[in-house]
Amino acid sequence: MAKYGMAIDLNKCNQCGACVTACKVENNLQIVSKESAAKGRVMQWMRLTNLSYEGNDPDVRPVTIPSLCVQCDDPPCTKVCPVRATYKRDDGIVAQIYPQCIGCRYCMANCPYNVKVFNWFKEDQPVEYEKCYNKDVAVRMKGVVEKCTFCIHRLQKAKEQAAAEHRKLNEEDYIPACAQVCPSHAFTFGDLDDPNSAVSKLKRDYRKFVLQEELGTLPKVFYLNAKSM
Amino acid sequence: MNNSQMVDEDEVLFKPIYHSGKGFYILAAALLTVFLFGVIMYVRQLVYGLGVTGMNQPVTWGFYIISFVFFIGISHAGTLISAILRLSKAEWRRPITRMAEVITGIVLVIGGLHPIIDLGRPDRIMHIFERGRLQSPLLWDMTSITAYFTASTIYLYLPLIPDIALLRDRGGRFNKLYTILSWGYQGTEKQKHVLEKAISILMVMVIPIAISVHTVISWIFSMTLQPGWHSTIFGPYFVVGAIFSGIAALIIVMIVFRKAYHFEDYLKDIHFNYLGTLLLVMSLLWFYFTFAEYLTTFYGHEPVEMRVFLYKFIGGYAPWFWLMVVCNFLIPLIILSNSKTKTITGILVASISVSVGMWLERLIIVVPSLANPRLPFQTGIYIPSLTEFSIFAAAASAFILGFMAFSKVFPLISIWEIKEGREESVRLVSDRLNQYLPSKGHIKKIV
Repeated sequence: MAKYGMAIDLNKCNQCGACVTACKVENNLQIVSKESAAKGRVMQWMRLTNLSYEGNDPDVRPVTIPSLCVQCDDPPCTKVCPVRATYKRDDGIVAQIYPQCIGCRYCMANCPYNVKVFNWFKEDQPVEYEKCYNKDVAVRMKGVVEKCTFCIHRLQKAKEQAAAEHRKLNEEDYIPACAQVCPSHAFTFGDLDDPNSAVSKLKRDYRKFVLQEELGTLPKVFYLNAKSM
Repeated sequence: MNNSQMVDEDEVLFKPIYHSGKGFYILAAALLTVFLFGVIMYVRQLVYGLGVTGMNQPVTWGFYIISFVFFIGISHAGTLISAILRLSKAEWRRPITRMAEVITGIVLVIGGLHPIIDLGRPDRIMHIFERGRLQSPLLWDMTSITAYFTASTIYLYLPLIPDIALLRDRGGRFNKLYTILSWGYQGTEKQKHVLEKAISILMVMVIPIAISVHTVISWIFSMTLQPGWHSTIFGPYFVVGAIFSGIAALIIVMIVFRKAYHFEDYLKDIHFNYLGTLLLVMSLLWFYFTFAEYLTTFYGHEPVEMRVFLYKFIGGYAPWFWLMVVCNFLIPLIILSNSKTKTITGILVASISVSVGMWLERLIIVVPSLANPRLPFQTGIYIPSLTEFSIFAAAASAFILGFMAFSKVFPLISIWEIKEGREESVRLVSDRLNQYLPSKGHIKKIV
């Protein structure tokens, strides 16, 4: 069984935000109004978290880090769910079942990475946006929690394609949207169980670090960085 | 037998059931308005979604969870205090137990509904029964609350049976209801024996259940990894807080109904004096737990914990935090430790201050930890909206309305226990005293 993981090279990332946009479009994420955004209800599965600023006035530049669900191998969120609306699959992906979620938001309270978002409202979407909805992804109803799923629908499609062609799933068949669009190739996605995969090699890189390692959640999304942040 | 012919020495206890003043209807109408407004606001929330509240990311829990913890806390007044007083054979319990048990029953319903109000998809509530995961603290919570509700309603109902029989014998309205509910109770020796046995089994059972309820509620928080929540002290800390707020609520209810229904002859200074002392003890205990909790956090000085700590002590929540300390510790301490201020008015002031303070304590536990998550880059603020305030007001008025409705059907003070006390207390107490005293100085039996 594969175990999917992702490496994000912060030394390659130029903070363009393509991953954020790609994620939003790929997964039919709700576009919220300005008022909702001001209240802290932005719906993003992938976001550029602002850590600090560098440079001197007026040449100030934000230091950001692409953050998404780190797909813990020992996820705190699935533990507390009262109805198993979030669970860890055998391939390591922490998935959500939207029609099962009762909206108690306990998983959000227990997520140490703050990557889960809630459908506070069902807001009107721009017609253009609705037209280009991704048919492979369900549009979420109000009152449920959602988060990054490593574009699990792409895995499903790739599996079906491979089965139809009577072959095994190749590594290049499946890649999440954020990793696919990155213009500076900061993302490396693949199977962590395969020691020869690119992502496994990067896991042994000296620059590797994971967020909040001390919690023992064993994230499968890790970062590479040589500079001091 | 007719009402008018019946002259009972405890007639004043029956009176509220048969007579309602003008004030009663005005108050009931006012409270009903507040309640209905809350219901409308809830329907609005159902239609539009939880966005009508002030909750956001990362402060995903707010008023509803605070009210939930607060109301369930108050429910400990009841059954726990009544069970402990009965178990310790405190004779002064007789006029108090009923009100305490009623508080538990009403407040548990209100508190237990709050998590459902908080749900994003209340229509899927049955999922908890169909595919609930027992590993989730929310399931533990539901289990213990339903167990507590069952036990405490039975515990309220059993001592009510002889009183219902009294009401049945008087005739008048609700007679059919009384006939059914009294189960043919005639006060025979055997019936009395069975009833007393059932009560004593229940009162022992109810204590561990009550303690488990608030422990499990605290575990909802302390099982998570959030800074400020992940603490082993939370179980006992919540239980102490619950009993503390419960006693305060009980005192308020007693003083209000004493005034409204003229129970002055039954609820005397001594009752409030004893309960006031109990409140003072709980206040000191609460302070001890709070002190221990925050001192260990401060001394450990972990950065993630310190952000929450400083947010409470000098940051955005400092006014609420220090108001809580004043309300829960300073005011009760000053009022209740001084015999000059420990009058009924003084005790009422202290109790109201404790109720406010304990609500603030729940606020201070829930929000600052969520607003300052482990990764410090996405902090939040929480400003409740009108929806949350009106639903809280509706919950509070539902509590008062429930009490008022109960007082129109059943007596608020256990009449048979008062009668029994009048007949037997002196003998029982002197018997008991004679067991402790050296045989030379035995008290003579008065009866």
